[in-house]
Amino acid sequence: METIKLVYPVEGGDLIEAGEASSKMKLTLKKLGLPQDVIRRASICMYEGEINMVIHADGGQAEVEVAPDQIVIRMRDTGPGIPDVAQAMQEGFSTAGQTARELGFGAGMGLPNMKRYSDEMAIDTEVGKGTTVTVKINIA
Amino acid sequence: MTVQTLADTLSLTVFHLAQPDRPVSGGYAGDLLSWVLGRAGQDSAWLTIMSNQNVAAVALMTDAACVVLTEGVSPDSDLLRRAQEKGVNLLGTAEDTFAAAARLAALLQNS
Repeated sequence: METIKLVYPVEGGDLIEAGEASSKMKLTLKKLGLPQDVIRRASICMYEGEINMVIHADGGQAEVEVAPDQIVIRMRDTGPGIPDVAQAMQEGFSTAGQTARELGFGAGMGLPNMKRYSDEMAIDTEVGKGTTVTVKINIA
Repeated sequence: MTVQTLADTLSLTVFHLAQPDRPVSGGYAGDLLSWVLGRAGQDSAWLTIMSNQNVAAVALMTDAACVVLTEGVSPDSDLLRRAQEKGVNLLGTAEDTFAAAARLAALLQNS
């Protein structure tokens, strides 16, 4: 299997509609016949990234590469950036607003969950410019 | 145990049952969605009082066997629509989360 590249726009602003990009990716990964656990981990990472982009950055774009041995998901936004990545990685730390919290988000688990379910994770962020979160999930 | 068996045995309200034959192998109770995403196991029956549309997406991403809305909570119309669109099993009970979880645990032990 050669590497498959997929791009999903993530709409900003509407947390109620969030999850469309992740749902579409999940369907595609299922069609590709990948193992259920791999699909599940990739889907949770992507969904958390999508929620983060909607809450903090008015949307963005998710780029997914499916190689024979690995899924790479890059989530790019041009939002406010993360001033203190170490703090953002702590379970329970959140800067999400009241609306997000009322819907059940903002528990400070988004980035930690992405770390938990990926094999590799990198955060490239610059305050005022944006953030790219990359997760890699091994297939095997 | 299948979702259908769970629904029948606990007399659950059926809001949407797309995949009655899905196996239920565990349970999870929680309302903070990111917490559920991080902790709920695959094929769990997920007990929650959250009834917004994001519940369907979380159930889908975690491969939950079904969602059980407890405390007599009804799904809001967006959640019901999304569950129908995505094929998420959506059930309900008048019992509180603790009581429903205790009955689920007993069922799982005996199955």
